[in-house]
Amino acid sequence: MDPSTILQYTFAGIKIGGIYAMVALGFNIIYNTTGIINFAQGEFVMLGGMFMVTFSRIMPLGAAFPIAVLAVVIVGCFLERATIWPARNGSVISLIMITIGGSLLLKGLAMKVWGKSSFPLRHFSSEEPIKILEATIQPQTLWIISVLLLVVIVLALFFKFTLTGKAMRACAANRPAASLCGISVDRLVLLSFALSAGIGAVAGIVITPVTLVNYTCGSMYALKGFAAAVLGGLGISTGAVVGGLTIGLMECYGAALPFQGASSYKDGIALLVLLIFLCAKPSGIFGRAAISELKRF
Amino acid sequence: MSKKNLIGLIVLIAFLLVIPRFFGNPYYLGVLVWSGLYSLICMGLSLFMGYCGQISLGQAGFYALGAYGSGILTARFGFEPWPALAVALVACVILALGVGLPTLRLKGHYLAMATLGFGVIIYVVADADPFGLTGGPSGFSGIPKLSVFGLALNDELRWYYFVWATVLIFLFFLLNLVNSRVGRALRSIHGGETAAKAMGVNVAKYKTQAFLLSAAMASVAGSFYAHYVGFVNPEPFNLELSIHLVTMVVIGGVTNLWGAIAGTVLLTVLTEGFRTFFKEYRLLFDGLILVVIMLLFAEGLFLGAAKKVAALVARASCLRSRRRPGASTHSTGNPEAAS
Repeated sequence: MDPSTILQYTFAGIKIGGIYAMVALGFNIIYNTTGIINFAQGEFVMLGGMFMVTFSRIMPLGAAFPIAVLAVVIVGCFLERATIWPARNGSVISLIMITIGGSLLLKGLAMKVWGKSSFPLRHFSSEEPIKILEATIQPQTLWIISVLLLVVIVLALFFKFTLTGKAMRACAANRPAASLCGISVDRLVLLSFALSAGIGAVAGIVITPVTLVNYTCGSMYALKGFAAAVLGGLGISTGAVVGGLTIGLMECYGAALPFQGASSYKDGIALLVLLIFLCAKPSGIFGRAAISELKRF
Repeated sequence: MSKKNLIGLIVLIAFLLVIPRFFGNPYYLGVLVWSGLYSLICMGLSLFMGYCGQISLGQAGFYALGAYGSGILTARFGFEPWPALAVALVACVILALGVGLPTLRLKGHYLAMATLGFGVIIYVVADADPFGLTGGPSGFSGIPKLSVFGLALNDELRWYYFVWATVLIFLFFLLNLVNSRVGRALRSIHGGETAAKAMGVNVAKYKTQAFLLSAAMASVAGSFYAHYVGFVNPEPFNLELSIHLVTMVVIGGVTNLWGAIAGTVLLTVLTEGFRTFFKEYRLLFDGLILVVIMLLFAEGLFLGAAKKVAALVARASCLRSRRRPGASTHSTGNPEAAS
């Protein structure tokens, strides 16, 4: 394979990997405050795309973007208050079951509201590919990369410098202790759902011009985002970004492998990586086994 | 086997023998055949979910493996149905081992997500058809009928008896298993994993065994499916089915094999009875059921609702006796349930 082709696949890998990274970040935020994996995370991505498609019909993209994110954040908060909050003292398995139920509800509602067809969204800027070293890159890819960077920087600043961010980190480190220090864990759980719904929505909005959106597309994002989160170490933000990009790249290189039907196995790569990592190093690249032992589930 | 279970089995057998007298119509029997097939899967799932505290979201994948395995081997390679079933079963168990071995040693969600991924990938592969075996989205037909002891299963009534006989055999086996040494180990895992470990129970081993058993049962159901319908395509084996199966188990109460069968029959009959409704609202319905049951009736709809009703009755009679001083303080309901 010549270098320019490799570069081309690298661009494609970074594009989709950036989305997985954002989904993984969303998983981590909820996992850190509640100790559960939110199976509805993929649905936030799907809803982001759907709302954006709808709003972009009546207003410019720049205005539709924040409104679509806000809409998904509201859905996320509502989901938390209606289903997670009443069960907050239940066992972890029942909480997981509830998030699975929640994801079905969101999917079912999306099917009723938007129907079963796939929707396109216009690219944020021109569709004219930019040439870099013999390879071409779509402007939308640059959008995805810059949005990912922005999300990561904002999150880092939020967790490092704001009081709420520090409270969330305290909650992640030790929930009962945080609660004893006067941190309202209840409110943080709500906030973490709002945050990860927002990040999911952003991911869904930026990827929709490239891949289309329909009501079923969420579960694939959830699966790959989860694999990314595990790869980097569940609960670790740096890990989520590295894991997401790694899985995106592996998928795109894997699809280029020279054997029959390689591209149809593309979707299996994330699962394979997940299983291999769970065998070899379940705590992920950046995680430590001792810490994951302490988690509730 | 406890007396309660034995009586339950006898009642179920009597019930199953009587049903064809009243619902001899092939359509009704067909619905019951489906209920039986799903019951097979759900019993295994109930054992795994209820006793190991794990969720498998990939049962549709194992079901598909059984169906495609049997279908491909018989229709394309000229295998006899029974050896084909065995080969599909072994392949399915090996794949289940590949998914379960790394994830079941760990805590929690890993298995749920890995099985979800497994199911999705089986669906994608069947749909993409990379080896030209599965027939892609439109599937393939020409799968021969199954015969048992030289008796060809060529009508709904025979299928009904055959599938439910299999369900009974597995139910008998599982009920015995639950009350055996293995069953006690499984229940101890359910009670508390750390405590079970401390007592010397090999938690990972038992979890893996239960998982493999549930995968094997799904595979058998899938093989029956292929021979019953005579045609296989990817559409029925999607993620929605996996979650639908979990919903069936949850309705009946996760730790209750009887509940699993009852929940399965209830949902299958409902889905068939209100076909147009469920075509549009199945996702919403399943989601609502999962959330509501998890929030309100953790023991399943039947047992949970019965306890709620008993509690209400107890409270009502309590109030009544309080209003009439001197009346008997004994209530008809269960007084403990009221507290």
